[in-house]
Amino acid sequence: MLLDTHDVKELSANLAEMDEIKGRSLWADARNRFKRNRAAMVSTFILIGIVIFSFVGPYLAAWSNEEIDWSVLGKVKELGAPSWSNGHYFGTDDLGRDLFARVVQGTQISLMVGVVGALIAVLVGTTYGAVAGYFGGRIDSVMMRIVDILIAMPFMFVLILLLVVFGRSVFMLFVGVGLISWLDMSRIVRGQTLTIKNKEFVEAAQAMGVSHFKIIFRHIIPNLLGVVAVFATQLVPLMILTESFISFLGLGVQEPATSWGALINEGAATMQYGTLWQLLFPLAFFIVSLFCFFFIGDGLRDALDPKDR
Amino acid sequence: MSQTLLRVEDLHVTFGISPQGAMPWTKPLPLHAVNGVSFDLKAGETLGIVGESGCGKSTLARAVMRMVPASGKALWLGQDLLKLSKTTLKETRRDIQMIFQDPLASLNPRMTIGQIIAEPLNTHSPDLSADEVKAAVQEMMTRVGLLPNLVNRYPHEFSGGQCQRIGIARALILKPKLIICDEPVSALDVSIQAQVINLLMELQEELGLSLIFIAHDLSVVKHISTRIMVLYLGNEMEVADAAALTENPRHPYTQALISAVPIPDPGQERGKTRIMLEGDLPSPINPPSGCVFRTRCPKAQNRCAEKKPALTGDGHQVACWFPDD
Ligand code: SF4
Repeated sequence: MLLDTHDVKELSANLAEMDEIKGRSLWADARNRFKRNRAAMVSTFILIGIVIFSFVGPYLAAWSNEEIDWSVLGKVKELGAPSWSNGHYFGTDDLGRDLFARVVQGTQISLMVGVVGALIAVLVGTTYGAVAGYFGGRIDSVMMRIVDILIAMPFMFVLILLLVVFGRSVFMLFVGVGLISWLDMSRIVRGQTLTIKNKEFVEAAQAMGVSHFKIIFRHIIPNLLGVVAVFATQLVPLMILTESFISFLGLGVQEPATSWGALINEGAATMQYGTLWQLLFPLAFFIVSLFCFFFIGDGLRDALDPKDR
Repeated sequence: MSQTLLRVEDLHVTFGISPQGAMPWTKPLPLHAVNGVSFDLKAGETLGIVGESGCGKSTLARAVMRMVPASGKALWLGQDLLKLSKTTLKETRRDIQMIFQDPLASLNPRMTIGQIIAEPLNTHSPDLSADEVKAAVQEMMTRVGLLPNLVNRYPHEFSGGQCQRIGIARALILKPKLIICDEPVSALDVSIQAQVINLLMELQEELGLSLIFIAHDLSVVKHISTRIMVLYLGNEMEVADAAALTENPRHPYTQALISAVPIPDPGQERGKTRIMLEGDLPSPINPPSGCVFRTRCPKAQNRCAEKKPALTGDGHQVACWFPDD
């Protein structure tokens, strides 16, 4: 076997690196603190479980989310209850569709709405807030007044209007959620930026001649990611709640696609017929995930305590 | 005679301060943070700047760095720093670097030491290869007395003195001609202060650096400086060679500053008369008429309120109507 010179070089470089002491970054510290937080760790695992469930669920389901089981139709109360024998692990909904498959699919949509909303908030809100806070003065005033105006609009109303005008689709839902989610984030980030930009290391970078753009992305944003992470985890449940509320009103995702909110809505409508499982399964997922997100957010906040040592 | 690196002439820095609760259209009050300061700095020399906090010494440094807007002239090798375009300014910034007061706060907590020290290089010579940068960083770390295998550590894992060494390494890596030290040791323990000052002096000798050394404590400055300038409320009070100024201060304010420095010999310390300054630093928004020091000066007379004394004398310059000889 021939030794690749490149490999040899890499090896020698690695050897030279060996005696370099690995530093303990603030992130590593935070990770350790987070790991010690029981509630947050348990929540993380449950949440990972739910995410995995939403991905492998379709392969476990005996039915698809749109097939109607004609044998139970009309006799949902008697035959549609959760059972292993007919493949309806979570029972069926009022139309005889498999609730397990629908919960799996609803979980996907709801989590996606939450994550996309939070992601837009992180990307847009952080950049926007950091730019406004860093430059300050007139730029800051104009940028933040725009945010004020947007926040002052009744967003639920705007969102409903959007869905009515442009039709109901998952994409529109993302657009709507994305439009509103970054506003609070940008305010929080701006406030943080105002404190960070007066720290000496920012001044040092300015004195060095580092460009504004690099200062924002290299010095300011990494130092406020802690706050951003905490706020983002709290934003996810908020987005899920928003979507659920919209779906509950019947304006969310289109049939046969569904989401937690839509499922809960259907389940609540048929409560009085004694088919309680239609409400309880989606509701359980919904509540457990929300709690998980809140606990994780709490854990992150404690772990990433912005106090400098 | 060595070459004059930096010549500052009649430098003014004025901030607009809006009083609390002012209407947006009322004109902000002018605050003269630096009021007509001039000095020369030659290659290899150290200029010490002394004064109480709030006397404008940090603002003066930042004005030279073009970090606050200033008027007047700051000639760097004949070029006016205050009028340079952005691109030429970036070029000259290679030659002027700065060290900050709070060693830990001046280092980005999310970056490793290696990244921090390399940042000026990456900014000014972006085409250097990673290996070259690394070699330069390690060389610089050795030079300031840090172990080069600590490159991957983070600032919070170091003590204040070590952090200041990191700050010095960062300032030196571009091989500048001038380093502005803004109270580099006031946040450190006394024993570590001495180490850092010695390090700075060694490096100055070795590399032929010029320093502007800012401190509120005359005893610190006197060790390292060739010349010392005493500032009060943004005005120069006295400028002289370090020895002349500390042994034979002519301005009442300098005398008061010197008498505040404890003498290590207890016998002498007891016998010394201490000039106590009464009152607080006046507000720079509304400075006293005439000589700005007159509200606290033990020798103040009517004339002091009427007209501001100019900085006079050559070599040993004083701004006072009644200086000691
Ligand atoms: S001019 Fe007058 S008030 Fe000012 S320092 Fe001299 S003696 Fe004191």
